[in-house]
Amino acid sequence: MSILINRNSRVMTQGITGKTGQFHTRMCREYANGKECFVAGVNPRKPGEDFEGIPVYASVKEAKQQTGANVSVIYVPPPFAAAAIDEAVEAELDLVICITEGIPVRDMLRTRYKMQGKKTRLIGPNCPGIITPDELKIGIMPGYIHKKGRIGVVSRSGTLTYEAVAQLMALGLGQSTCIGIGGDPVNGLKHLDVLQLFNEDDETDAVLMVGEIGGTDEEDCARWVKENMRKPVVGFIAGVTAPPGKRMGHAGAIISGGKGTAQEKLEVMESCGIKVTHNPAEMGKLLKSVL
Amino acid sequence: MKIHEYQAKEILRKYGVVTPKGIACFSVDEAVKAAQQLGGDVWAVKAQIYAGGRGKGGGVKVAKSLDEVRRRASEILNMRLVTHQTGPEGQVVHRLFIEQGVSIEKEFYVGMVVDRGRQRVCLMASSEGGMEIEKVAAETPEKIHKVFIDPIAGLSQQQAEEVALKIGIPAQSVPQAVTLLQGLYQAFDDTDSSLLEINPLTLTAEKQVIALDAKMNFDDNALFRHPEIVALRDLDEEDPVEIEASKHELSYIPLDGNIGCLVNGAGLAMATMDIIKLYGGNPANFLDVGGGATAEKVTEAFKLMLRNPNLQAILVNIFGGIMKCDVIAQGVVAAAREVQLTVPLVVRLEGTNVELGKKILADSGLTIISAENMADAAQKSVSAAKTKLSS
Repeated sequence: MSILINRNSRVMTQGITGKTGQFHTRMCREYANGKECFVAGVNPRKPGEDFEGIPVYASVKEAKQQTGANVSVIYVPPPFAAAAIDEAVEAELDLVICITEGIPVRDMLRTRYKMQGKKTRLIGPNCPGIITPDELKIGIMPGYIHKKGRIGVVSRSGTLTYEAVAQLMALGLGQSTCIGIGGDPVNGLKHLDVLQLFNEDDETDAVLMVGEIGGTDEEDCARWVKENMRKPVVGFIAGVTAPPGKRMGHAGAIISGGKGTAQEKLEVMESCGIKVTHNPAEMGKLLKSVL
Repeated sequence: MKIHEYQAKEILRKYGVVTPKGIACFSVDEAVKAAQQLGGDVWAVKAQIYAGGRGKGGGVKVAKSLDEVRRRASEILNMRLVTHQTGPEGQVVHRLFIEQGVSIEKEFYVGMVVDRGRQRVCLMASSEGGMEIEKVAAETPEKIHKVFIDPIAGLSQQQAEEVALKIGIPAQSVPQAVTLLQGLYQAFDDTDSSLLEINPLTLTAEKQVIALDAKMNFDDNALFRHPEIVALRDLDEEDPVEIEASKHELSYIPLDGNIGCLVNGAGLAMATMDIIKLYGGNPANFLDVGGGATAEKVTEAFKLMLRNPNLQAILVNIFGGIMKCDVIAQGVVAAAREVQLTVPLVVRLEGTNVELGKKILADSGLTIISAENMADAAQKSVSAAKTKLSS
């Protein structure tokens, strides 16, 4: 089955008329079933236009009504991106994937507050997106490095996820779904939410989770895994060498008040039955060892 | 982004937060004049640097006469203040803040940060104010009271009262504390703060509740809507290499090792540092060139790394997605030529157009150590750095 998206998903692009939105919508359409899946674009100032045959609507609500789209991907610039998420949530889409990097935390706090009790799931912001190999890619990851298979991948970063996927591929292991949940401190799906979905997915046999310093999401996830997960999980945490108090590129990647160190995360994960490696070159090998 | 104590207090006063009267100064004469102007017979002479722990480091002194103000000011101004937050190299003091003395009855701690787990702003308060708050948090976490703030309703009267009573503010001063706490949150929210700390929050002998110190950091992603805060930026307080990096939209953090890393993506950059360490080396920096690196950006990244006198080798680790390996390879070749590289260069390319990228490196005539994967790249750069160091 894969999780969250598949060849039957219908996707709209919010911010389809911008350079980034156009480039990636084109790339996603060219991947697997993208042509059938990407059905609409949104720009309140350009309704009635089209992007390479994809109709542009004034609002998310209208795009949903006209095309049946149930998923949205957002490339709107940071000052307006949280409002774009709000609009997709209001329109009751199933899933919103926000690629935009650099949204103020204050905006995301309000957006997450408004999402309480709503049906919409959010991936990101500041993330590479999600791909169900050989079916549908929604986001900025290179599609060709993936292949359909039975390993789930969840990660906070972009290129480190690609690295993990490449290591799996080198060992002949395809993926059910790969998700980059993003590096921001206030975001949508956490490792825990994604693991719950993989646990219920008939086509996922094992999960590779890649984390980073900062916060306690990986620890929370590990405790849930210990009690509930029926499939093997392996992990890596980036940032063992990161000094405290310094922000390592991602807004979330910072060790503050002695909390959220890589060492602490690795220890909790191990104590919860997750096999971990300290070597980022051995993520694939470790996964293979638990199959 | 960070600002100085005196700047934070100026912002907070607009929100009804009471602070001692004070004047910021850039010279000893100005400091003495400020004390005269403030009046009274006790003053605090405070170093203004971004790092915390100033008191312990000798950057905050009490003066009981104008002569003493002069003496303390000349001691502190231009001193290299070392605190647990500055690192061993310390930070030179360029600005002073002269404040009216306050008779302290009791000290408390108040802080605000975004709690990632709850996805709310968290107000933390403690009866144990003063300099040792980090110890309190580690040893007696039950002495820190937390309240999570509704982003729409703000900090309620009831929440603020509860916190004030829990940390032991006497009943007669609670209304004042409520005004102060609500003002703090309003300031935090209005200015897109990422951290706000009042340590200590002070109850004076006259039962007044005042902010004796103030620290505010801001969300860099929100600075576009706060030109008034950007205007407060003090470049003297920032690492010149990091300022240079931010001009080129590079995320660069110097570290104390000798192997420079140039990587695309923050997660992969951290993992690259980790694997260098794992194979017995030490990373000289964190450097994320981001998703849209051009040849010019790569050249600037090389220049930044080469400023480091300890540099013994460079490891380039690129996983090309949208960013193509051939573009990166051209950037690496152009940079190596322009900066006349004096240390060994190890390059690992993977992803989009990788073969083309490798060919560009091989045909360049430059001495580039090519690596097949992350482990190979780390091993080769560690041994290259060792060889260079012993040569």
